[in-house]
Amino acid sequence: MKQDLFQAIADPTRRAILTLIAIKALTPNAMAEKFDMTRQAVSKHIKVLHECELIKPEHSGREIYYHFNAKKMQELDNWLAQFRQSWETQFNQLDKVLSTIKQQKI
Amino acid sequence: MNNDLLFDFTVDKAAQKVFITREFDAGLDLVWDAFTKQEILDQWAAPAPMRSKTQYMNFEVGGRRFYAMISPDGQERWLLQKYTSITPKTNFQLYNSFADKDENPELPGSEWDYNFSEQDGITTVNISIYNESLERMERLTDGFTKGMMLMLKNLDDLFAALSKKS
Repeated sequence: MKQDLFQAIADPTRRAILTLIAIKALTPNAMAEKFDMTRQAVSKHIKVLHECELIKPEHSGREIYYHFNAKKMQELDNWLAQFRQSWETQFNQLDKVLSTIKQQKI
Repeated sequence: MNNDLLFDFTVDKAAQKVFITREFDAGLDLVWDAFTKQEILDQWAAPAPMRSKTQYMNFEVGGRRFYAMISPDGQERWLLQKYTSITPKTNFQLYNSFADKDENPELPGSEWDYNFSEQDGITTVNISIYNESLERMERLTDGFTKGMMLMLKNLDDLFAALSKKS
């Protein structure tokens, strides 16, 4: 099943991984070392992050380096901007409704 | 219209929460009614060109509001809100979920918490929304976006028709 983006970034370890690889692509082994975790634990996090496209693998010889996919994060921000816009529109509508009701009462 | 009214929108991605704050140039009683009475809610609680149509609403703890967001082409997206807590003129909380037209909720939904306060005739409303799933949340604006696209397309068609005439 495809992972949910929100759930992926809600985990503190996964956020730390993202912060780290945003600076420099890393192999799973390097991540395990940095976070003092087992290879299996790292693999689990990588799987979640990869499934929601927050990270991208790149093969270099025998090693796989994971990169941060900034585009995916941008998608989320774009969507949130739309959500914000829809609230702004609704509240401006409410301003008009409130002022109409206030006038009727006078 | 008063343009000094505060509007704040922040997202805590880690906590899966959205926080919205807005001031209104009206007293607490009126603003409370605008958020809790269906006849007023339906006048504003869907971003144009969408509109809101409430089928029924029982504003009491355990009560529900069943309503549709209707797009310009008449498509209905049903939502079910269940009131979980009410402190009159101060706070109310609800559980929001999409539903089919027969009131069957599609879970999981989201938890909404509304707070109201008034100072010098200006009422501040704070809303926090907790979402278990971003995909569910994304669908909240889906209808809105589609509605906008449709409206823009209508405009394109109109412009095309007008330019042919001239």
